[in-house]
Amino acid sequence: MTEDESRRVVAEGRRAEALVSALLVLASLCAAAFVVLYVVHDDTQLLGLALGLTFACLAVAAIVAGKRIVPQETAVEERDRLLRPQEVEEVDAIVREGGEGISRRKLLTSAAVAAGLSAGAALVVPAASLGPSIGDRVRETPWSTGRRLVDRQGRRYRPDDIEIGTFYTALAEGANPNDLGSSLVVVRLPEEQIHLPADRRTWAPQGILAFSKICPHAGCAISLYRYPLYQPTSERPALTCPCHYSTFDPATGGKLLFGPAGRALPQLPLMVDRDGYLAARRDFPEGIGPSWLRIERNPPGESQ
Amino acid sequence: MIARAVRYLDERVGTSPAIKKALRYVFPDHWSFLLGEIALYAFVVLVGTGVFLTFWYEPSTAHVTYHGQYEPLQGLSMSKAYESVVDISFAVPAGLLIRQTHHWAADVFVVAIVLHLVRVFFTGAFRKPRDVNYYVGVTMLALAVLEGYLGYSMVDDLLSGMGLAIGYSVAMSLPVVGGPLAFLLWGGEYPGASSFLTRLLVVHVLIIPVALGLLIAVHLATIVRQHHSQFPGPGRTERNTVGTPLWPGYALRSIGLLLAVASVLVLLGGLIQINPIWEWGPYATFQSTNGAQPDWYLGWLIGALRLMPPWELHFGDVTLIPATFWGGALFPLAVFAFLYSWPALERRLTGDRRRHDLLERPRDNPVRTAVGAAFATWVFVAFVAGSTDRVFVQLGIAYTGQVWFWRVFGWIAPFAIFWLVKRVCEELKRTEAHPLRGWSGAIAELGRGGDSAGYTAVEQSRESPGSRVGRRGDPPPPPGA
Repeated sequence: MTEDESRRVVAEGRRAEALVSALLVLASLCAAAFVVLYVVHDDTQLLGLALGLTFACLAVAAIVAGKRIVPQETAVEERDRLLRPQEVEEVDAIVREGGEGISRRKLLTSAAVAAGLSAGAALVVPAASLGPSIGDRVRETPWSTGRRLVDRQGRRYRPDDIEIGTFYTALAEGANPNDLGSSLVVVRLPEEQIHLPADRRTWAPQGILAFSKICPHAGCAISLYRYPLYQPTSERPALTCPCHYSTFDPATGGKLLFGPAGRALPQLPLMVDRDGYLAARRDFPEGIGPSWLRIERNPPGESQ
Repeated sequence: MIARAVRYLDERVGTSPAIKKALRYVFPDHWSFLLGEIALYAFVVLVGTGVFLTFWYEPSTAHVTYHGQYEPLQGLSMSKAYESVVDISFAVPAGLLIRQTHHWAADVFVVAIVLHLVRVFFTGAFRKPRDVNYYVGVTMLALAVLEGYLGYSMVDDLLSGMGLAIGYSVAMSLPVVGGPLAFLLWGGEYPGASSFLTRLLVVHVLIIPVALGLLIAVHLATIVRQHHSQFPGPGRTERNTVGTPLWPGYALRSIGLLLAVASVLVLLGGLIQINPIWEWGPYATFQSTNGAQPDWYLGWLIGALRLMPPWELHFGDVTLIPATFWGGALFPLAVFAFLYSWPALERRLTGDRRRHDLLERPRDNPVRTAVGAAFATWVFVAFVAGSTDRVFVQLGIAYTGQVWFWRVFGWIAPFAIFWLVKRVCEELKRTEAHPLRGWSGAIAELGRGGDSAGYTAVEQSRESPGSRVGRRGDPPPPPGA
């Protein structure tokens, strides 16, 4: 049967030969066009077209040649036997013979394992140089009593700059704007709509609320603000993260309305300083940024 | 001339027996066997285009003010890394073509690997002796996804920054080790040390590509040692391979496939825009954009992150498991745990420990096919849920409603699919019908008066399982057989 299965057919493909020759000529033309275009008119579309068609012509030529010009053959190949039990035994014996005459086998093995593990640990330890110890670094933010809120150009915010119905990005004055603790999203709500917990009553002067801009879910910047266009039927104002759509309620101090975030959006206590600028009343009372093992939640005395 | 070259090599390294064997190596013909080759050739294109890009990319977070060719970004502050990729796109001749081809090739690479995995899974090609090679393949899939993620993260545009923020948060969310691990990887709190982009670069252009290259070598060497599996057919046994020898037919056709893959990728790279980073703009931690969608192979992860309810596990003051862990870490771990454990699991379920070189059709093993389909459905629901925001924008279907629907549907659908697929497989196995190849039976007579017994479907092409013939690509039965 296997004999029957093997066949060799020599094709007589005059037309195929002509076609392949034509395709090869076309491929050279396209390749030449690519070179010329590269020199005179560096256009992405035309370059892509020229090079892509070069490859396309060569591809069709190779496939036609493989199917129509060269001898067509169906062959049968026997598979090797993979498992040879005798050789397995021999290998086993060779390995064993190497250990002949060793009497304290257990001792040697344990010592070798211990040496291997400690040498491995010694080699791995330098990986710790890759980063600082986490310590309290995540807890640090640039905010402290009196730190002013500025916009991206460094201009300080006054309460009058914050209008109802839109949101503002604010940064800590003088701080690195990319510091996760620095950026805030600031909104103003009509004061009668704000329902902050009792211990946060003073945090929103003139109805202005500030929250960490970094979503406590996955660290993206909160940059969507839903504000009711028609009060009676629209949904309440909400801050939303565009990555996974965690939705927070500014009116209640950043509580989660919907989505995957495991914590409320951290709120920064605000005040208006003596010169009339918006400033932090003090630092965030809780951790900002994505949750991790020791993220601070519901800090003492701030529980709702 | 040829003889002289072969002789030259043989005199010095004794290669003639190996060359002879290689030239006569037999490849079984089936279109589904080309999926792995497409992945291999996409990798070739990735390496070629990637080397070109490395010559211009600068892994620097240093801030510069843009004064390049693209007007809308003039005067903007950005990282040197982002500027260098904008320059690749606009200032380097053919740079945009190469960059876009590289990006398309990455997407196609992962598509091909996934389809190849689907073929291997549903035909039982992962059974002994190919289970080892299956593990190698699944590892390459994981590496390919990671490699793609690192690649578009290096650009430091707004989208890549958002992706990195999510990656950092997922790392932070790992129980106990998360915080210290994320600090090690990023070199400090996000967005990380100034050396972070260098780390990405080294992993993206050296460590993972070398690992992929080695695994590809192992994958191919193992295939050569074991020979290809093949579908059952006339003359095909567990002991042989029937097909086209490498030389000349298969070599030419495979080179043709390489060129075809290159052609499609270059045409895509030249004609269809992908990842226009100059439109996203440079990244800052306090900025994000709406409608952010990752490359397709991360859609299942963003979907899982969106679907999970806000569950956290607390223990006193510590957050043992933050909410990001479920969708971002546990879900992919579960998916890969399933993929890695299936061959052993199936061996244990069926008690079948024999060597298999003949493939099964999906219907031949209804339970495996149903389990695979159910698993794929589970992952696919998460993938679809990754586009809920786009569905909301395009079709106006409420976002929260969609999320609730997928949350429920994602757990019901796999069971329904399991039942349905198992039934369909059993039915196809019984009737030997070929639903994708059109109707193959004939209706004889429909009795009068609605007598159900008068209805007989005579299936003329019904074959006994032992003599399945006529699959496209099979060699015709030998004359006289």
